[in-house]
Amino acid sequence: MLVEKVKGGLRLAAANGSALALGLSPGMTLADARARAPNIRVEPHRPEADTALLRRVLLDFGRFTPMAATDGPDGLALDVTGCAHLFGGEEGLIRAVAARAEGVGLATRLALAGTPEAARALARFGRGGIYQGEDQSQALRRLPVAALELSDKETQALSRAGLKTLAHLADRPTAPIAARFGAAAATRLNRVLGREDVRIRPERPVPLVCVDRILVEPITETPDIEAVIGDLLVEAMDRLDLRGQGGRAFQAGFFRLDGEVRHITVRTGRPTREAAAVLRLFRERLASLARPLDPGFGFDQLRLSVTVADRLASRQRGFEAAPSTAEDLGRLIDRLTARLGPEAVSRFEPIESHWPERAVRLSPAAHALGEIVAWSEPDPADPPLRPLQMFDPPQPVLATAEVPDHPPNRFIWRRVDHRLVRVEGPERIAPEWWRRLQGPQEPTRDYYRVEDQEGRRFWLFRSGFYGEEPAPRWFLHGVFA
Amino acid sequence: MRSDRKIEALRQHLKTLEAAGHPVDDARFDLGLEAADRHLGGLATHGLHEVYAATTPDATAALGFALGLVRRTAGDRPVVWGVQAMAELETGRIYGAGLRELGLDPGRLVLVRVKETKDLLAAGEEALAGGAVGAVLLTAWGESKVLSLTATRRLSMAAGQGRATALLTRLAAQPQPSAAETRWRIRGALSRALEAEAPGHPTYAVELLRHRLGAQPRSWIMEWDRERGIFEQGGQNAGHEQPQRPALSGGLVSPAADRSAEARGEGLRRYG
Repeated sequence: MLVEKVKGGLRLAAANGSALALGLSPGMTLADARARAPNIRVEPHRPEADTALLRRVLLDFGRFTPMAATDGPDGLALDVTGCAHLFGGEEGLIRAVAARAEGVGLATRLALAGTPEAARALARFGRGGIYQGEDQSQALRRLPVAALELSDKETQALSRAGLKTLAHLADRPTAPIAARFGAAAATRLNRVLGREDVRIRPERPVPLVCVDRILVEPITETPDIEAVIGDLLVEAMDRLDLRGQGGRAFQAGFFRLDGEVRHITVRTGRPTREAAAVLRLFRERLASLARPLDPGFGFDQLRLSVTVADRLASRQRGFEAAPSTAEDLGRLIDRLTARLGPEAVSRFEPIESHWPERAVRLSPAAHALGEIVAWSEPDPADPPLRPLQMFDPPQPVLATAEVPDHPPNRFIWRRVDHRLVRVEGPERIAPEWWRRLQGPQEPTRDYYRVEDQEGRRFWLFRSGFYGEEPAPRWFLHGVFA
Repeated sequence: MRSDRKIEALRQHLKTLEAAGHPVDDARFDLGLEAADRHLGGLATHGLHEVYAATTPDATAALGFALGLVRRTAGDRPVVWGVQAMAELETGRIYGAGLRELGLDPGRLVLVRVKETKDLLAAGEEALAGGAVGAVLLTAWGESKVLSLTATRRLSMAAGQGRATALLTRLAAQPQPSAAETRWRIRGALSRALEAEAPGHPTYAVELLRHRLGAQPRSWIMEWDRERGIFEQGGQNAGHEQPQRPALSGGLVSPAADRSAEARGEGLRRYG
């Protein structure tokens, strides 16, 4: 029995079956309850713990269907359309759900009906069970008006009018009911009677394709797990093929015997239906997880869902030549990305900017795939005018020139004195004035290509002009090959 | 007696295994510089080649030389470049526009950045074995036990499997034994000055340290010709028109000069 403080007094928040049998009911003060039954066990009511438990159960019940949502603070709604056959029909499904709930020590009331609202009413106010067609409407008609779950005032008003069961209401036209007892009463009535179907809003986005494998014998070994994922992938790819799609995000759900659920997602750069390639990605991910997959006493169900898919033309198998390099490269990028993360695998893109730091961008290779970007052609006669390696930020150096404003003849960097034997410059690069609004303006730079007596080529620049404030400073920006 | 025969049998078995597992693969690529190509007899296309930077400040030169080899062997096929973070921190980040200036298409290059040497090797093997790329360039920083004989052997096998060229550039490291087909040591060299004493085309002092097929160690000065995509006779005295004048054909760096450079290198490495 759980109690909570309501308006300064302790009242019953919830009572179990045996307490209800003693005539105790929620809402009663604790003192009254003790007077009736002195030997009751009382615990404080902790709604947040209830919510947490319910969420865990919800996650675990994801094994029955991906369309699962909480229903109020103490209920779950599962849309089992097309799932029942996995558990041997609706009977089997109900039994499986009941057994699972009992396993974690929950007392349940279960009902399976044509619409979520009908099932809810039958579970909470009826006797539960499986209802269909005529059975369902008969059972619903027998429910008390309380099953509409209106406010106390409205429920009372209905009873006073002599309307005790839903049957009394069901046969009457809706308009007068709405007029007399409020629009809510009419809407609720339609929903509970299954005249109006409201879809449940599942907790997780519903996958496009979803295949499950229920395992009679729970598995713990990595090769077994991979084998099952491999099978599921083949099935999922067949379904994608029918839809003319290729998956870009695949999620594996691992349902542990004790109710823990773990989801692991892999993504691909371009839509794919290659089961083997995606399996390889899963292998990489499973091997490199920061928190490894813990099978505990074993997984008894695995699910594979495709959460993102794109159009991918169906292909005739067998007639095709070897896959093109572009496709292979895409797969390689996917594998490297799965292992090292999207930031680690990148490609260069040219940007319309003469400011050296901004002229090239690195973007994750997994996204940039397939675009062909043109780079400007260097002038055939010129040596490389841009360095192979660049320091970010530029490294301050001490440089000297014979005369101010002349090219430098030596510079000191990392305590090494570089005497310059060849110099070209300056190439004056002014900051992009239209960016001035975004921050303090950088001074204009005068770039020099220089070579020291050891045969090393550097890119130096002087920031600012002589005779101006602040005084110009020298930087090493890059190194030429 | 019996054990002798057993060993002999095992040897035979090994031979057949080797013959079966490694069909003779004699695809080769060259540098374009005739003097060097004659000496080398080509470089194994589906093998591992190591390029050491003589000193830390020569890192960019070593990368430039390795990129030249990449361009020679990979042609238009994609290239994966794996770089250890420390290398970029010490010697500068790879700059896409600079790649273009060396005649490589940055759009065909996938840059992979890793922290640890073992990740570098794993990524390299993965990229090589997949068969999707023409070449894989790996840039490792510092001495490392991970880059063992076994690890380099694995790289070279992956190169054979994926029919790609593996190039391992090592910065801030001393040459050590490995399974590489060839091993090179590179330092920057004075370029042929352009008009008004402007720095010229990329020029390297290239030193062959080891060649698995037995070519003797030797040195050349090579200049990279971006337009033709070949190495040429380089250095201040090299004429563009007659690169094979007998007196210069070696372009040799004398051993003495080499040692002194090494000594300088020791001094410089401290700052790397």
